[in-house]
Amino acid sequence: MFEKKIEENLFQLLVQIADDKLILGHRLSEWCGHAPILEEDIALANIALDNIGQANSLYQIAVKLENKNRSEDELAFFRDEREFRNIQIVELPKGDFAFTIVRQFLYDNFSFLLFQKFCDSNFIELSDVSKKIVKEISYNLRHSKEWILRLGIGTEESKFNTQKAIDKIWEFTNEMFEFGNVENFLIEKNIIPNLDTIKTDWELSVKKIFDNTNLQIPNISYFASGGRNGFHTEYLGYLLAEMQIVARSNPNVKW
Amino acid sequence: MINEELELQKFEQKIANGEKIEPKDWMPEKYRKQLIRMIAQHAHSEIVGMLPEGNWITRAPSLRRKMVLLAKVQDEGGHGLYLYSAAETLGADRKDLIEALLNGKMKYSNIFNYPTLSWADIGIIGWLVDGAAIVNQTMLAKCSYGPYSRAMIRICKEENFHKRQGYENVSVLAQGNAKQKQMVQDALNRWWWQTLMMFGPHDENSTNTVDLMRWKIKLETNDSLRQRFINLTIPQAYAIGLTIPDNDLKYNEKTQNWEIGKINFDELYNVINGNGPCNRIRIAERKKSYEEGNWVRIAAENYALKNKNNYGTK
Ligand SMILES: [Fe+2]
Ligand SMILES: [Fe+2]
Repeated sequence: MFEKKIEENLFQLLVQIADDKLILGHRLSEWCGHAPILEEDIALANIALDNIGQANSLYQIAVKLENKNRSEDELAFFRDEREFRNIQIVELPKGDFAFTIVRQFLYDNFSFLLFQKFCDSNFIELSDVSKKIVKEISYNLRHSKEWILRLGIGTEESKFNTQKAIDKIWEFTNEMFEFGNVENFLIEKNIIPNLDTIKTDWELSVKKIFDNTNLQIPNISYFASGGRNGFHTEYLGYLLAEMQIVARSNPNVKW
Repeated sequence: MINEELELQKFEQKIANGEKIEPKDWMPEKYRKQLIRMIAQHAHSEIVGMLPEGNWITRAPSLRRKMVLLAKVQDEGGHGLYLYSAAETLGADRKDLIEALLNGKMKYSNIFNYPTLSWADIGIIGWLVDGAAIVNQTMLAKCSYGPYSRAMIRICKEENFHKRQGYENVSVLAQGNAKQKQMVQDALNRWWWQTLMMFGPHDENSTNTVDLMRWKIKLETNDSLRQRFINLTIPQAYAIGLTIPDNDLKYNEKTQNWEIGKINFDELYNVINGNGPCNRIRIAERKKSYEEGNWVRIAAENYALKNKNNYGTK
């Protein structure tokens, strides 16, 4: 359908986003049975499930495009740290509930805007799957937005914890608006949106909720970068070691 | 006094007629207490049970298995929620019940005091533990208390789904390579007797069965439920080439029952009394999450309150 160069870049792009979803889903799933209230045990497991399901769908499109007989499980379980293309924000340890909610809120906002645009992609398979995904993300976004309000307005302590999480996480937010080197090819062909417009919209919607809750965006000069090219934090290796152990200790079997 | 006797008569007549008792109906205090205890214990089992299974979500060996397990554990949380609500229809409070669990004043199913040591445990738990739960819950779906009975009908549907997925998982391993076969047989060996003990002591040692049966809180005895489970499960094990870890196991042509060897109930009592491999770990984990979540719950309550007040002044 597309020329080879485009297909290769498209494969890269799908893997980038799918990796985000898989790694974020992993961190969310760590909450299962450990959340502050039963309703959140259920909600966080559900959001983890959405994310991992989305990763799965995107990997499936990617391997079809690649056409090398690789399965989605091979992408998830048989690549090393340097081959993962997720941004660093999703691989950070789950932290406390405020940290998880802040990360979720920032990422959901980005993800929602991105998949809204993906719905108009010239790559039909991406636009089709995005129509389903964007609905799931809108529910997830509602959940994280409501929690930002609860935590930001609830008590002094919850506000303090939330602000602390924002301060810690903020340096990892810029990476959301990088697509490594796949960007230009795909934007020209109307396959992916221009990330600058997404960034502007993202800043607006984040700021709106933060203003409502008197939460501050920290003024910092360093921003993390490089996840899209396989440059990660030290946390990712341990996450993958855990995620891949069973699959790798008995490869080439059916599970 | 006369009134109470009359009410009791009416209550027992209703039950005898097969009618359901609803939250607003008169009921004896003993019935209410017994039900709260049972339903809460059931709810606690659902949520403590999330821990041993949740233990393998991050390590599931394929994306599909990971999603299936996540969905299952999420369902179990939903069962807990649903059951706590059923207990609340009897005047109990979820917060008190959870605190009673954390203080060791209330129990949960002993099966969750054993560790999940390999990926195969996840399949085995789905197949056996959910399977045993279904046998028990199919009976409870016919119990006399309306909300509990309806909760059981709904929950049982999902447990059936879990059991099928568990058995499918086990089948794949049992037909896999040597390492997978060894893994799944080892898991069966560790969980088999523990599952049989889920049905409780033998009838002759089960003290409160008579009362429970008169009021249709329970409709069948421990041994008859256990036998039904055994008869259902053994052919399933044989069908995929697994060995039941019981040298005395034999089929009785006359009764058409599988007869098992002696259950080591000393172990069950030991675990009930707090001396199982994971008793302390499970409760400590739940306690830790509960305490760490304290500020979150307070914030949520406060926020709801502030919102309500704002709304009032508009
Ligand atoms: Fe359940
Ligand atoms: Fe279940």
